[in-house]
Amino acid sequence: MAGLMLLFAQIVAMLVTLLVLLGIAGFLVFAERRVLGLLQNRLGPNRLGPLGVGQALADAVKLLCKEDFVPPFASGLLYRAAPILVAFSALAGFAVLPLAPGISWAGDWEIGLLLILALSSLHVYGVFLGGWSSNNKFALYGAIRAVAQLISYELPLGLALLALVLLAGSLALQGLGAAGQPVPLIVYQPLGFLIFFIAGIAETQRLPFDLAEAESELVAGYHTEYGGMRFGYFFLGEYLGLVLIAALISLLYLGAWSGPCLPGWLWMSLKTGVVIGIFFWLRASLPRPRYDQLLHWGWNALLPLSILNLLLTAIAAALWGTL
Amino acid sequence: MSLWRGLLASLWTTLRQLRRRDTLEYPEQEPKLGERWRGRPVLTHDPDGEERCVACELCSAVCPTQCIALEGADRPDGRRFAQSFRINFARCIYCGLCEEACPTLAIQLSPEYAFAKTERGDFVYHKEALLIEGTGKHPEYRYYAHAGVRTQALPKPVHCDPRSNLP
Ligand code: SF4
Ligand code: SF4
Repeated sequence: MAGLMLLFAQIVAMLVTLLVLLGIAGFLVFAERRVLGLLQNRLGPNRLGPLGVGQALADAVKLLCKEDFVPPFASGLLYRAAPILVAFSALAGFAVLPLAPGISWAGDWEIGLLLILALSSLHVYGVFLGGWSSNNKFALYGAIRAVAQLISYELPLGLALLALVLLAGSLALQGLGAAGQPVPLIVYQPLGFLIFFIAGIAETQRLPFDLAEAESELVAGYHTEYGGMRFGYFFLGEYLGLVLIAALISLLYLGAWSGPCLPGWLWMSLKTGVVIGIFFWLRASLPRPRYDQLLHWGWNALLPLSILNLLLTAIAAALWGTL
Repeated sequence: MSLWRGLLASLWTTLRQLRRRDTLEYPEQEPKLGERWRGRPVLTHDPDGEERCVACELCSAVCPTQCIALEGADRPDGRRFAQSFRINFARCIYCGLCEEACPTLAIQLSPEYAFAKTERGDFVYHKEALLIEGTGKHPEYRYYAHAGVRTQALPKPVHCDPRSNLP
């Protein structure tokens, strides 16, 4: 009986986590528009509710009320599955993300980091299937770009993480967070941090790396043919991916939950928030590179740098030992 | 290197905009219109209080969107006037050509710009709605002081006989 109660409580708590995450994604859409406005000497949405927060709700209601359609030329099953895959892969990553020691669903799972990398590969599938099943040339171009970009930037991302794992000796996210406890790991891994940061933005496919969407050339890229809540799922995936990457950056490199006075989970959230703010700022400032430039940087700059970083880390670890 | 300089420069540029707002919060803040703002056309009266329009149809002929329709008639005193005058503002583009074409300065573009409607039909303004009190932008002008006064018909002109060489 007690076991059943516990199970029930866990299910409810998971649902609450899910809802909170959805709420965060909705809020971020609004917050981003507001911040972009402020940075581009506009105002952004400011009509509904205090400071315009109601806009997030209005957008959600609008997406939910829109017609749920499948274009006649799309291949139905894949078209339906793709957005769910994207949203799922972004949501599932939060299962292993610890807010503080003990505050997570599976933070001390030994393969937590691997799970996140695997889910980000699943994300690629979602994006590609979405573009492919739409049977639209712009969607296909977007999907091809997305896949090439995601694969090219996943390599340096993984290698940067590998150096970190080498240093910390753990694949569990809680262990990695604990490794950065007295001194944030960015001190040991400045280059790795930079690589992870750049590749991380590329993984979220946001400006300046939004070539898969590229409104000015590809209509809306891989989700051109999507509307209503299916489009909402892609959006959800994008913004949750943003939160996930920001949370990973603060967890892995910025010392996770360490900080004076405030409780650990609050520090973690604050750091994540600041990183998200930096993402917004980057989006407001930087233009989109050309596609070949993007791949060029990925393969000719970021990848060699990340290998170099891994080598140096390995040598340093051999000489002076790991953390 | 120039790449990094460019990146930092653009980041700094956007950061500097934090203190600036160019957006006008429209319904609360009224925009400052230029002196020659072209808004909704109106029909004006001359200084004597008579309608200026003489139903010459030049405005309706010049209107590129053909949104002006009018019918003229004679007043008992012989003066022409517009029996009916309609402008469909759903089509008007506020180009001001009607104002330029009008010989009597009757039709003038006013500064009014905000007249959204929910029904398309409400955009068709009839003469009563178009007419305004007063003279608009040209307080002095009185067309009939210059022209357009009906004169006594001249006797039929005598033509010479083209077949004859005699004067
Ligand atoms: S402003 Fe231009 S479009 Fe409008 S009624 Fe006059 S001539 Fe026609
Ligand atoms: S408004 Fe002016 S141009 Fe138009 S019919 Fe009247 S007098 Fe003629």
